[in-house]
Amino acid sequence: MTCALGFDALTMEFPGVRALDAVSFGVRSGSVHALMGENGAGKSTLLKILSGAYRPTAGTLRLGAASRLFASTAEALAAGVAVIYQELHLVPDMTVAENLLLGRYPRRLGFLDRAALRREAQRLLQLVGETISPDTRLGRLSLAQRQMVEIAKALGRGARMVAFDEPTSSLSAKETRRLFEIIRDLRDRGTAILYVTHRMDEVYELCDAATVLRDGRHVVTHETLAQVTRDALVSSMVGRELTNIYHYRPRPQAPGGLEVRDIVGPGLRAPVSFQVARGEVVGFFGLVGAGRTELMRLICGATAPTAGDVRVRGATIRGGSPRAAIQEGLVFCPEDRKKEGIIGIRSVAENINLSARRTHLRASLFLNLSWERANAANQIARLGVRTASAETLIGLLSGGNQQKAILARWLSEDVRVLVLDEPTRGIDIGAKSEIYALIHDLAAAGASVVIVSSELPEVLGIADRILVMREGGVAAEFSRAEATPETVMRAALPAGTSP
Amino acid sequence: MPSTPSALPPAWVRAWESAGMLLVLAALFLGCSLLVDNFLSVANLRGLALAVATIGMVACSMMFCLAAGDFDLSVGSTVAFAGVLGATVMNATGSVSAGVSAALASGAVIGLVNGVFVARLGINALITTLASMQIVRGLGFIVSDGRAVGIRTDGFFALGNTAWLGVPVPVWLTAACFCVFGVLLNLTLFGRNALAIGGNKEAAHLAGVPVVRIKVVIFTLQGVIAALAGLVLAARMTSGQPNTSQGLELEVISACVLGGVSLSGGVARIGAVIAGVLIMGLVQNAMNLLNIPPFYQYVARGCILLGAVMLDRLKRRV
Repeated sequence: MTCALGFDALTMEFPGVRALDAVSFGVRSGSVHALMGENGAGKSTLLKILSGAYRPTAGTLRLGAASRLFASTAEALAAGVAVIYQELHLVPDMTVAENLLLGRYPRRLGFLDRAALRREAQRLLQLVGETISPDTRLGRLSLAQRQMVEIAKALGRGARMVAFDEPTSSLSAKETRRLFEIIRDLRDRGTAILYVTHRMDEVYELCDAATVLRDGRHVVTHETLAQVTRDALVSSMVGRELTNIYHYRPRPQAPGGLEVRDIVGPGLRAPVSFQVARGEVVGFFGLVGAGRTELMRLICGATAPTAGDVRVRGATIRGGSPRAAIQEGLVFCPEDRKKEGIIGIRSVAENINLSARRTHLRASLFLNLSWERANAANQIARLGVRTASAETLIGLLSGGNQQKAILARWLSEDVRVLVLDEPTRGIDIGAKSEIYALIHDLAAAGASVVIVSSELPEVLGIADRILVMREGGVAAEFSRAEATPETVMRAALPAGTSP
Repeated sequence: MPSTPSALPPAWVRAWESAGMLLVLAALFLGCSLLVDNFLSVANLRGLALAVATIGMVACSMMFCLAAGDFDLSVGSTVAFAGVLGATVMNATGSVSAGVSAALASGAVIGLVNGVFVARLGINALITTLASMQIVRGLGFIVSDGRAVGIRTDGFFALGNTAWLGVPVPVWLTAACFCVFGVLLNLTLFGRNALAIGGNKEAAHLAGVPVVRIKVVIFTLQGVIAALAGLVLAARMTSGQPNTSQGLELEVISACVLGGVSLSGGVARIGAVIAGVLIMGLVQNAMNLLNIPPFYQYVARGCILLGAVMLDRLKRRV
């Protein structure tokens, strides 16, 4: 067995946290190796060591026979190791070709050789089977195409070892299939691939081997997945058996929660109306680009609607102002945590108290610091946010814990309507289960919940009712009893395509 | 290049972040006391305090601007304009309060306009305040016809030239600004919201923070404080000078950054700003006492600014 890449007793310590504890395993060349684990299991830390962003406290990487560590991404790339992150590192204002060859432009007599640049870019794009023109501005590409560009860029630098960090989390099913074809093609050409994912299906569809981390420790490495059941993988990830992660139980419902009437705005083709009762969870399913996020942003005031109105328990909300919505108890958990959710350079406590302090401070000119401390501590305990302290910068937490902190922000006040846009994206199964339980409890306490998700099992698992969006409008509605994966998916697909 | 948000910085880094500049200040003070003749004399220390009064006041409101992720280049012009306008109105009406009110109101209007352009209309703060810097400077020249406006109302000079408990009034005013803005930053919703906006404007907006209103208030405050500083300066010089305080905006921003206010927003501390202001003043004062020619002082100030920016970078890396 030849291991192209080995992790040898990697240990990474941060003050108060041991993110990795003597983790060892190997990735063979010509194989796709899944890396799985809950949030905070140490996957991101491992990738950062691989790409040279972190230097481990102890241990080393093995490339073939040599053991070494990288001091920078450039050094890792030079050694043939590329890490493709969820957030892509491309320049939107430059062309595809310029992005592909960034930092190593072909030159002639000291001047940029445009013809050679185009030729080389074209060649790289062919490697990943993309037909986009190298002269397109990168910002005009879809997320999936950008990912392909990133892969082509890595291949262009002769990467023999590529690590993917949850590459499909923002891709549609079709785009995911494309990506898998390319990954398989890379594998067949002898590249060693490390594939970080939370999705069980992908592991079985794509991967040859799998390693599970938990709390920074290596739990198990399966060199082949033929004999490994899903349940076994899941329980090795969470260290306990998960029977019903959705925690669904029927809840009493009462009329008069959220009422959306004929709302029109950017991203919608037709006026949208729907109601969510108190105690009800409504799931919005749809493909990427169906207008779900746009609709949620209109409801929550992040974008101003051109017509229609939104009512919470009878009170109309002034459009185009999240503040007005929050005052009526309608809160929004945006899709892009990093860009729209957290304030990365401020503490967990401050992020939690960001909205709540408004209501708790009206009486006084000054902040109620003791209330803030107590509230942050309560919420951290209630939601199980894993952080060294309330004063830790939120940007340093793992994705799932950031998401819990954002939820804590909203739970600090009286929530009447909770709108969640992809709340479990990039979150491990354990944290997902906790978030589902929370959604259930909130609804049981009388809140109306709207949840947008691209994961069919999730929508089917937690919603009382499912609305399907397609091409900027609501295409179908199913009760929990009626909904099956087939019917819902069929409703979501554009007319004229078969699933 | 991937940005690398590292884990908790080690203890010494955190200690350096919170108190580092105070240590530098203490070291500089000690060094100057030992090595520079006359430095410790009461007259010199009083002069030093007076010299940093203008920068100190304006740095308070600039700290808020920077905390919210913006900056304001028009403060130097506002200082000059407020002095000239205050002097002109006082001479015309013979009333100190009319002159002071007019100057403060003009500062508020300048700040309000800046704020509306930046926050409401979404124009880049650099462009907006670069424009208003020139417009306001021009207005100062127009009002004064390009000449210093001598003030004939003696009562006004009390603002600049009297002392209370042996400390000049401008220094008291600066200290009051430090206190008020320190409290605003640390103990009020306004301060937290400003930092949240600087940290992530979009997230703050979605979390219900009234981003536009807070930014407008910050710029307006900045205008009022700059006008106040302009009045104090005019009182000390017994005239409104349309040429004064050119480049003040950069000195103020340097002082803030030197103290550790992040240029990218979201991080600010009043203690650090005070340290930054005093370090700038101390260096200048020592150079004067050592008879270093003004031409060299420019070079030294530039070097200090560069050093400050390096520190800012270093801080974001650790």
